Amino acid sequence: MIRQAAMAVALLATWPAAAQTDDMANPAFLWVEEGKALWSERPRPGAKSCADCHGAAETAMRGVAARHPAFDAKRGRAMLLTQRLDACRVEHQGETPFEPESRRQLGLAAYIALQSRGLPVAIAADGPLAKTVAEGRALYTRRIGQLDLSCAQCHDDLVGRRLAATAIPSGHVNAYPVYRSDWLGMGSFWRRLGNCTTGVRAEAFAPHSPEHVALESYLAARGNDLPMQAPGFRN
Amino acid sequence: MIGKAQLFTLCLAALMATAAAGQEAVARYRIENGAIAASLTGVPGDAARGRAIVVNRQTGLCLLCHAGPFPEERFQGTVGPDLRGVGSRLSAGEIRLRLVDSSAVNPATVMPPYHRIDGLERVAPAWRGKPAFDAQQIEDVVALLAGLKAP
Ligand code: HEC
Ligand code: HEC
Repeated sequence: MIRQAAMAVALLATWPAAAQTDDMANPAFLWVEEGKALWSERPRPGAKSCADCHGAAETAMRGVAARHPAFDAKRGRAMLLTQRLDACRVEHQGETPFEPESRRQLGLAAYIALQSRGLPVAIAADGPLAKTVAEGRALYTRRIGQLDLSCAQCHDDLVGRRLAATAIPSGHVNAYPVYRSDWLGMGSFWRRLGNCTTGVRAEAFAPHSPEHVALESYLAARGNDLPMQAPGFRN
Repeated sequence: MIGKAQLFTLCLAALMATAAAGQEAVARYRIENGAIAASLTGVPGDAARGRAIVVNRQTGLCLLCHAGPFPEERFQGTVGPDLRGVGSRLSAGEIRLRLVDSSAVNPATVMPPYHRIDGLERVAPAWRGKPAFDAQQIEDVVALLAGLKAP
């Protein structure tokens, strides 16, 4: 733990700004290594690994993260990439879902997302996912919390203005999960969402809750055609 | 069986308790001509306490969005107008209303309501039913801002 944090700090000290384009400097790649190992690891003797079913991630997972969240016809609902991972773990591996924000979950999600690097975000927002995207948009524009602010007020109307030291970003999710230096670790969009809801003193959304799924679906669709950058890096 | 008089006393007590609880949370005020002219507490605000509130990143949050004449404070915000000279642009009553509930002036405002609890959704449990500032904190901040005159 400590060694890793020290390593991250050392890396950050060398190339803080360039890290988004310089993977060598992005500590997220420590998580990616873990995800890569997990891809071909059999959870128990006799159980199947991801690779046993899907083959090489480089080909099988190319484009998958770029089109998630996606509507799952079999289950009749929208699914995040991390929910897809859980479904495979439970149904095909006989394991329990990943602990939200665990190293293994983030590592595998980051490794899979990496296979979509540079591809345009391609959410099928007009099809059966449209309802979830619309719900997400409604949440995005709703004022919440003691500070009575909506996501849209900051991420549509005030982009680039400074909230203290921080320039307000446009709120895209094409780089998630990201490594953040003030987390000294990785996090998914859900962790970032928690920071924003805490900021406006609003009640948090539970991981994989319908609200989380709807917001992530809307934000992903709103970023259609942007290049996939996950796993990203944030100061 | 409770007698009529007893019932009446009980109801009155309940009413008074509700009023007291309400008063504790949010003061009563009247908006006239885009301002709340009267003090919320009747106790004069203290500008030094107001300054401590404004520069505090956890309580005030003001400098997340605003810059102002607080030279020791790094990283001031650019979301709202600079607070320098605000006491010359606005009266104390106008400043009071903007702190209490800026949405009464501009429904689309970004400025949080510091002394309103109605109409808020999904407030975190720790803050539920409480305004961001109590009435005296509003008065303290008004005292500070009303004194920020343009040179
Ligand atoms: C008061 C302003 C404010 C509000 C309201 C707000 N955010 Fe944010 N948000 C920020 C800031 C500032 C950051 C970036 C912080 C940083 O990078 O250090 C951010 C970051 C993000 C990011 C990550 C962007 C990136 O490029 O890494 C996403 C996604 C996001 N917010 C979504 C939301 C959603 C969804 C809501 C509503 C539930 C919301 N935000 C409400 C200010 C806000
Ligand atoms: C999330 C952002 C935000 C926060 C936090 C915030 N404000 Fe504001 N404030 C604004 C904006 C934006 C305006 C411009 C008016 C509007 O949008 O309605 C404003 C307007 C004002 C005005 C009127 C200024 C003028 O020249 O008309 C005053 C006074 C003021 N704010 C004081 C404060 C104080 C004091 C605090 C903290 C206790 C504070 N604000 C916190 C965003 C904010």
